[in-house]
Amino acid sequence: MTATGTFAPKPGAAPLGRMIRAQAALETRMLLRNGEQLLLTVVIPTLLLLLFSTVDIVDTGEGEAVDFLAPGVLALAVLSTAFTGQAIATGFERRYGVLKRLGASPLPRWALMTAKTCSVLVTEVLQITLLTAIAFALGWNPHGNPLAVLLLLVLGTAAFSGLGLLMAGTLRAEATLAAANLVFLLLLVGGGVIVPLEKFPDAAQSVLALLPIAALSDGLRDVLRDGAGMPWADLGVLAAWAVLGLGAAGRFFRWE
Amino acid sequence: MHEEPAVEVHGLVKRYGSKTAVDGLDLTVATGGVTAVLGPNGAGKTTTIETCEGYRRPDAGTVRVLGLDPLADSAALRPRVGVMLQSGGIYAGARAEEMLRHTASLHAHPLDVDALIERLGLGDCGRTTYRRLSGGQQQRLSLAMAVVGRPELVFLDEPTAGLDPQARHATWALVRELRADGVTVVLTTHYMDEAEQLADDVAIVDGGKVIAQGSPEKLCRGGAENTLRFNGRPGLDLASLLKALPADSTAVEPTPGTYRVNGRVDPQLLATVTAWCAQHGVMPDRITVERHTLEDVFLELTGKELRG
Repeated sequence: MTATGTFAPKPGAAPLGRMIRAQAALETRMLLRNGEQLLLTVVIPTLLLLLFSTVDIVDTGEGEAVDFLAPGVLALAVLSTAFTGQAIATGFERRYGVLKRLGASPLPRWALMTAKTCSVLVTEVLQITLLTAIAFALGWNPHGNPLAVLLLLVLGTAAFSGLGLLMAGTLRAEATLAAANLVFLLLLVGGGVIVPLEKFPDAAQSVLALLPIAALSDGLRDVLRDGAGMPWADLGVLAAWAVLGLGAAGRFFRWE
Repeated sequence: MHEEPAVEVHGLVKRYGSKTAVDGLDLTVATGGVTAVLGPNGAGKTTTIETCEGYRRPDAGTVRVLGLDPLADSAALRPRVGVMLQSGGIYAGARAEEMLRHTASLHAHPLDVDALIERLGLGDCGRTTYRRLSGGQQQRLSLAMAVVGRPELVFLDEPTAGLDPQARHATWALVRELRADGVTVVLTTHYMDEAEQLADDVAIVDGGKVIAQGSPEKLCRGGAENTLRFNGRPGLDLASLLKALPADSTAVEPTPGTYRVNGRVDPQLLATVTAWCAQHGVMPDRITVERHTLEDVFLELTGKELRG
């Protein structure tokens, strides 16, 4: 075999910014191409918003149902993408050696996690745009400080990402799939998303209020429905979950 | 010109729980050329390679790849080294071409992706998602990802396992071209013919150690002696043949009219035997040469019993 020079070594990593952009774009495409993920992140929140706003299934208290539901469904959208979707996708990437193979590429691990976060945020922007448009069409009338909403969404994303990655990095992929869906369902029902926490017994309420989903949906509702200022208590709960979840994920995550 | 070795492993030990996968392994891979790490399943090939790739932390011993520590110098090393895992490593939902382009985008001076796709016969399945590719297509995509960044050194873990003969030869041709262009290739295999065909240097691994290393020719010579057989009229004077042969050869007539010469069977020995036959007016009938293949050497060294 004569040398053609085609494969003559010329190694080098691409610039970091380019690698992260490319990785984030790939992760986002994988997510949007996956039917099960779309069911979870788009179809279910949309259906819940439409169904519960137009049909009187759950007593949502005073005022328009959509004013109660829209903040809850936004919280659910964050839960579905940052926690459930990310846990399942990352769990299977770990199982099929995708994380392992990327570990041998020039992309540093922290940059991979940054790209994953970017992909989650892009997906959330798409979800929130869609759900907000539907809520407006249903007569939603939001109030409050946009900065408080943004802060809640960012801290909620951090909290759910930490917990999702902890699960994906420690359990078998099949166990993650089952557990992440179960947790999604339980938090959907018991986290103040579509059923007001006041419907639960007092003792349960005080525990449920400490769940990240409850803090997020409650905080969003205080701001968007009731025009409250900074929901410090809810932000505090989310920050605590974020620190715990991301800390534990950083400590226990196994790449293969 | 003295170049430092591409890979240097000294006294590598790696245990998984109570099981010792690699047990004091030494391996030196010269820069340039193809080195085959050959061994039965469970011999420690993959563990050794994955330690060189920075996936495993040695329990003892030292590993240097391109003069660097695969763990401590990972950031400097990763762009220079191409990796093909034994299986997987690709998003199930990613399309073949998309994945290769993505891998290329992580490198500063990647190969031309279209040409590489063409070269490896992946043109027809560029839009196919990884989970729908055949096993051979998956292997070739994984190989393409290992070389697209124009590395100095590539580790290929069983690159042709499960491939059909055409795909196998295409992979061999690519490995030869990599070698010709100055890329150092380390591959693991349990196919003897693959090692014989491709490798400049073969390291036979068993029980977590390198038990023999050298060029395929040297390894084949190093094993038991080779044999030359022929038939002729019975009762030939073998003493005169022995005088003509190298000192370490033997010649016997196990049954009347059949002759067996043992020794280092090379073209010179064959010429000596046929010349001797001509002198004695003997037509050497059914003359056969039985040289040891790498497979014989391998089985001799690692034993013939099946392993769990």
